[in-house]
Amino acid sequence: MALNIMQLATMFADKNPGITQGHRLCPGCAAPNVAKFALMTAESLGYTPVVGLATGCLEVSTTIFPYTAWNVPYIHNAFENVAATISGVETAYRALAKRGRIVDPDKKYAFFAFGGDGGTYDIGLQSLSGAVERGHKFIYIVYDNEGYMNTGNQRSGATPPGSQTTTQPVGKKLPGKIQLKKNIVEIMAGHENVYVATVSTSEPMDFFKKIEKALQFDGPAFIAAFSPCVRFWRVNDDKAVDISKLAIETGYWPLYEVERGVYRITKKVKELKPVKEFIEAQGRFRNLLKRPDADEIIGELQEYITRRWERLHILEEATKDKPIR
Amino acid sequence: MPEVKNRQAVTGAQAIANAMRQINPDVVAAYPITPQTPVVEYFAQYVADGAVDTEMIPVESEHSAMSAVVGAAAAGARAMTATAANGLALMHEIVYIAASSRLPIVMPVANRALSGPINIHCDHSDAMAERDSGWIQLWAENAQEAYDLTLIAVRLGEHEDVRLPVMVNFDGFIISHGVEVVDFLDDEVVKKFVGEPKVKYPLLDVNNPVTYGPLDLYDYYFEHKRQQIEAMKHVKRVFKEIAEEFEKISGRKYDILDKYKVDDAEYIMIALGSTAGTVKYTVDLLREQGHKVGLVKPWIFRPFPKKELQELLNGRKAVIVLDRSASFGAEAPVYEAVKSALYEVSDRPKLGSYVYGLGGRDIKVDHIKQAFEEAFSGNINTDEERYLGLRE
Repeated sequence: MALNIMQLATMFADKNPGITQGHRLCPGCAAPNVAKFALMTAESLGYTPVVGLATGCLEVSTTIFPYTAWNVPYIHNAFENVAATISGVETAYRALAKRGRIVDPDKKYAFFAFGGDGGTYDIGLQSLSGAVERGHKFIYIVYDNEGYMNTGNQRSGATPPGSQTTTQPVGKKLPGKIQLKKNIVEIMAGHENVYVATVSTSEPMDFFKKIEKALQFDGPAFIAAFSPCVRFWRVNDDKAVDISKLAIETGYWPLYEVERGVYRITKKVKELKPVKEFIEAQGRFRNLLKRPDADEIIGELQEYITRRWERLHILEEATKDKPIR
Repeated sequence: MPEVKNRQAVTGAQAIANAMRQINPDVVAAYPITPQTPVVEYFAQYVADGAVDTEMIPVESEHSAMSAVVGAAAAGARAMTATAANGLALMHEIVYIAASSRLPIVMPVANRALSGPINIHCDHSDAMAERDSGWIQLWAENAQEAYDLTLIAVRLGEHEDVRLPVMVNFDGFIISHGVEVVDFLDDEVVKKFVGEPKVKYPLLDVNNPVTYGPLDLYDYYFEHKRQQIEAMKHVKRVFKEIAEEFEKISGRKYDILDKYKVDDAEYIMIALGSTAGTVKYTVDLLREQGHKVGLVKPWIFRPFPKKELQELLNGRKAVIVLDRSASFGAEAPVYEAVKSALYEVSDRPKLGSYVYGLGGRDIKVDHIKQAFEEAFSGNINTDEERYLGLRE
């Protein structure tokens, strides 16, 4: 079964694949579409998704008892353990399949875990690393909104420098967070026997293809989805896609994949726009821009992005047809 | 009494691992920690040798062990793990979630002192820290009981009227590593006794999708907690039913309380776990000297055997409670519960609280004698915590 764009378009418009309408996420939030894109791809390819969620925006806003926005099997356990939890579900599937106790054994099961950047980069990293190292067949998707947005915009390991957060605010003296974002993609690629990719809802075909690849990959997959939080990135609620596009065009969020160590850039940008355009488009950097050291901080970010972009091309060239495992 | 076919000298860890082999759970997720490690090692060997067809998840932490068995049990699997001390403490958050999700996970715990300071030896601070987590707590005195209670735990947790996780406590090193004679049941007998897993609302029933772990706010959380409270009320009745059935296949009798020479006893000691064996021995010695003494060992600590203790202890001269853990700034946990239960009886005995054995400090016959003798001489104070085997 191959991807059918017309079918996907119909599913997106007409149906409620996996995650349904009526949840309570903020208008304009990218996270539900991250889940929807992934689950509709799975369903369109004939898979039956089983979903795990880490505590976070997507979880609290979709399952306020006695309601649920999920029409597929769903489990939320805690904040830091969605990978371990889904590894238990996936293992139970194998155990029950072996013992003839799967209710509908003819179906193709696909195990998904969703977590925010807090639940992935920070508190859930150990659980995620363990589950990927053990080689469970599951797809982990981080909806990266660069902070603890569910609890009101606190700093995470995914927050970029100079972004206004409540736990590392830009102040009169301190410039807010000065550390660069943790490179979760490389950390996960370092597990080697894994398919890792970055995606964005602003590039749906690229997104669908990577989910397809993740579903067909013989082992765990990790997908990092750029997921603007319109509320705390201080942009209008119709801007998630525009900001995502800008992130890709500036090289802030390069679209690429790493399959058992083989790098491939899936969206070649001929000439990167300056990252300052991405910064200036969002209110969360407003206080940074007022500071005298703004250019210095943005300059460092720019330098990093340029180097990383060059490095990705070198890695693509160097690893071509040379999987590490 | 059925003929004993499988009498072996084994450690408690081997006995439990053998119970797990016979149960042949769908999923076991575990992380090693002293003194639970041999349970995981023996079981891993069974998996490696094909003696079971359990899917084992060698997780990277106890937190993930509990998280994975929650996932597996919710999926519809019979799931087990095992741990001790700091491992149990690391699981703590998910221990509560397992209970509130009503997942009948079975977890042997090789009781060990909680850090800090770090210590690997036996006390009960690990399990006592989880006594309000919503898990059933069974307590074994020796390897035989550890084996038997592990089998009973599977049935108890999965019972329609219960649906709760069960912790099987067995003293670290003393039981886990001590070699004792254990009578094992035949594999087929165990298989029939534990039966097929009784599963409710499995996540993997994709045709009837369910949502596990929703956000439960002030409008429903309280009612859900009440359901847990109510489920606990069924545990003692169901345990007795299962224990009766177990007696038929094993000849071994279990009840809420293990009562040793209590019928005419004026002085009764209460102890959990392996220390009860030493107390029984001491009771025999003191009876030879003409003292009317006895022992009560709760096989179940959660739910707390309040009614049973009230009936048994009402009108006795004195009750001495041994605790292998302390509650800083409050009375020790077993003592506190016993004392509270006795508030309601008509003829309250005198009460004494003795904390002993922290961090694996040895408990000897002389210590137990000392506690009894203090009671004989009237030197017993309801409001004073005393210590056995402690250097002042």
